[in-house]
Amino acid sequence: MSGSRTDPRPMLRLETRMVRKARVLAAKSGAPVVKMAKRHTTISVERAVLRLAGLEGADVDGIPWVNRLVDAVREQTGLEHGVALPVWDALLATGEDLHTLAQKAASGSVTFRIPTGASAVKASEASIASVAKGFARIDANRASRDRSIAKYGNPATPWIYLIVATGDIHEDIPQAQAAARAGADVIAVIRSTGQSLLDYVPEGETREGYAGTYATQANFALMRAALDETSKELGRYVRLTNYASGLCMPEIAVLAGLERLDMMLNDSMYGILFRDINPVRTFIDQRFSRQIHARAGIIINTGEDNYLTTADAVEAAHTVTVSQLLNEYFAKEAGLEDWQLGLGHAFEIDPEVPDSFRLELAHAMLARALFPDAPLKWMPPTKHMTGDIFRGYLLNGFFNLAGALTGQGIVLVGMMTEAVATPWLSDRDLALENVRYVFKAAGKLHQDFHAASDGFIATRARHVLAESVALLERIADDTLLEAIAQGTFGLMKRPADSGRGRDGVFLKAPGYVNPANAFLEKGASR
Amino acid sequence: MTGDAGTVIRPYGDTSDDGMVQVSFTLPLAHDKRAEGAALLLAKKMGMEPAMVVHAKAIGPEFTFFIVYGSVQHVVNTDEVVVVERGYPLLSSKEVNAAIKKGLRRPMVVVGACIGTDAHTVGIDAILNIKGFAGEKGLEYYSEIVAVNLGAQVSVPDLVAHAIGTGADAVLVSQVVSQRDAHLHNAREMSAAFREAFPDHTRPLLVLGGPRFDETMSAQLGVDRIFGRGTTPGDVASYLVHALVTAAGTSGESR
Repeated sequence: MSGSRTDPRPMLRLETRMVRKARVLAAKSGAPVVKMAKRHTTISVERAVLRLAGLEGADVDGIPWVNRLVDAVREQTGLEHGVALPVWDALLATGEDLHTLAQKAASGSVTFRIPTGASAVKASEASIASVAKGFARIDANRASRDRSIAKYGNPATPWIYLIVATGDIHEDIPQAQAAARAGADVIAVIRSTGQSLLDYVPEGETREGYAGTYATQANFALMRAALDETSKELGRYVRLTNYASGLCMPEIAVLAGLERLDMMLNDSMYGILFRDINPVRTFIDQRFSRQIHARAGIIINTGEDNYLTTADAVEAAHTVTVSQLLNEYFAKEAGLEDWQLGLGHAFEIDPEVPDSFRLELAHAMLARALFPDAPLKWMPPTKHMTGDIFRGYLLNGFFNLAGALTGQGIVLVGMMTEAVATPWLSDRDLALENVRYVFKAAGKLHQDFHAASDGFIATRARHVLAESVALLERIADDTLLEAIAQGTFGLMKRPADSGRGRDGVFLKAPGYVNPANAFLEKGASR
Repeated sequence: MTGDAGTVIRPYGDTSDDGMVQVSFTLPLAHDKRAEGAALLLAKKMGMEPAMVVHAKAIGPEFTFFIVYGSVQHVVNTDEVVVVERGYPLLSSKEVNAAIKKGLRRPMVVVGACIGTDAHTVGIDAILNIKGFAGEKGLEYYSEIVAVNLGAQVSVPDLVAHAIGTGADAVLVSQVVSQRDAHLHNAREMSAAFREAFPDHTRPLLVLGGPRFDETMSAQLGVDRIFGRGTTPGDVASYLVHALVTAAGTSGESR
């Protein structure tokens, strides 16, 4: 990603010592959280295991069979040993398939037990053989994506990222195809408001959502097939994005792998801060979902841009950097590589602030300098977009210019009607025209543009890095969970023992089995 | 026009009464002469005459985007203008915080929930959670509001208990599901329970929200206010300040 770009590190004159220190502190802050995540499982991680083993569908009330089966197991044996041992023990005993077992378990006619000794070994082996099918599909999807990219080539960066959000998958499809034809490299289907708080993944094709479309396996498959068609027509691979966040993060990650989505929004702290999901639950779910994304070759997009919609973009600039470093640590620990880290940041400084554009450049260059091999996801202004669409169009032009100048990998295209309405067809077209003009006119400006190393921009970048290191020192001392509880990020205070989904967290018992670990943990076979 | 007319106005481009406006729109037509004609005809039907298509651009094979300038023939008599009064001023989050600080001299406690079997927290989350709605942050974001979101399927006794426990100034109840008028039954049950649990002057403000409620039914349902579809956190916060700080303060009455 950074190949043709001017390396901003020398011009910002970031001290290598400081950069290294920041990473060491991020690792020190993150390590206890990883340790905690490894010792626990969640109800959604266990449901994800069943999804990997191919359990699909829902009962007449629309409750997925994975929920029914995991709930039945939880009631009888608890989830401390994982769902795999009792479920595959029962499958081996009855000779039934997962679907039938789930139906029977839901009606209360199955007795589960935690097998021991040879039975446990057999159940564990059988569960690994079952989820192997899911991983085979995920691997095949990754290979298929690689083939498409080999055939068509990757688009030049920055990739243009556009959103559709009609609520109806069958309306989304033509809009997504039109956006791709108009130049989008990446299509994101926004989820229905509130889906992140559902403790199940809705089933089937959906035509009704609130300000977005439900993320379902069927909707994923429909959109991917449609974009494959469009990719063929256009001779370039159009990527598809959705959201691995909320209470069902691990399951959505699995569905994304199974249906060949290409990017997933997956932030280490977003659900905690902005959806009041229990911090412990989030970190456990997040680790598993990132392991799946790593395996599936999916690029994650982190959500630091959101902090700046609540906190001040100048005062809180360093919290973005700190979060990027934490997201990087957690991502790499879970097996993701640099090219998969779409670390987020945003153009959210109040336009009334003097030198706002220079400050934006400083922040964008700092991110580029700290993560030279990560694509970086650059988010357009939202907080200071008013109903004045003309001013908004200008602001978006400056946002695009900053993106071009600082070598951002993924640029979410800003709409001048932000804060007015969901984008109209013409809004999207005008926004793309804005992007095209700026990139055509100034796309190579970075070749000439050098921030003076003792100038305003470089000084500001160094200052933000210093603030980041200071904050990381505090976090490393106090622990990350404590920092989150104190409102360090996005001004939200989220204590570790509160928030949604806490009752779905389980301390693993000795002998806990998760068959997916055979494919996900370090040293796993590929 | 009648004799005692107020001021009659027309839009102002660069000359008094030139009536000039600009509009932009997209037609589901391929870009050709006929499409431009259609745009002009539409402009004429909107009262723009003469109108000029200053820009026409194809958006894909089936749509065309237009920018049209023209003089509107319509006039507006300012006496005929009817303004729908909200009954209270819409405040920014800063103003809300300042008003609470000054008027209550302590944070305002707001408890929210979906009651009954309703699991749709979309509405209450949009109003309370920091993520908010329509570009506005939820009440959680306000430094002077303590927002307690109890989530879905909260029983009425639980809600009352939480209201007492937190010393709630206001209780927000969201109801999305309206099968067999469940939202109305639940609302009545809720307001009755609060009336029973609290002496008249100490009852928290009861606010109901949901897409199927009729905003004029608050008296029938025994609540202080109903908000319908499209309500934003700012609307609610402004109302709370009006009802709990401004009105209470100026009239000297307790609610």
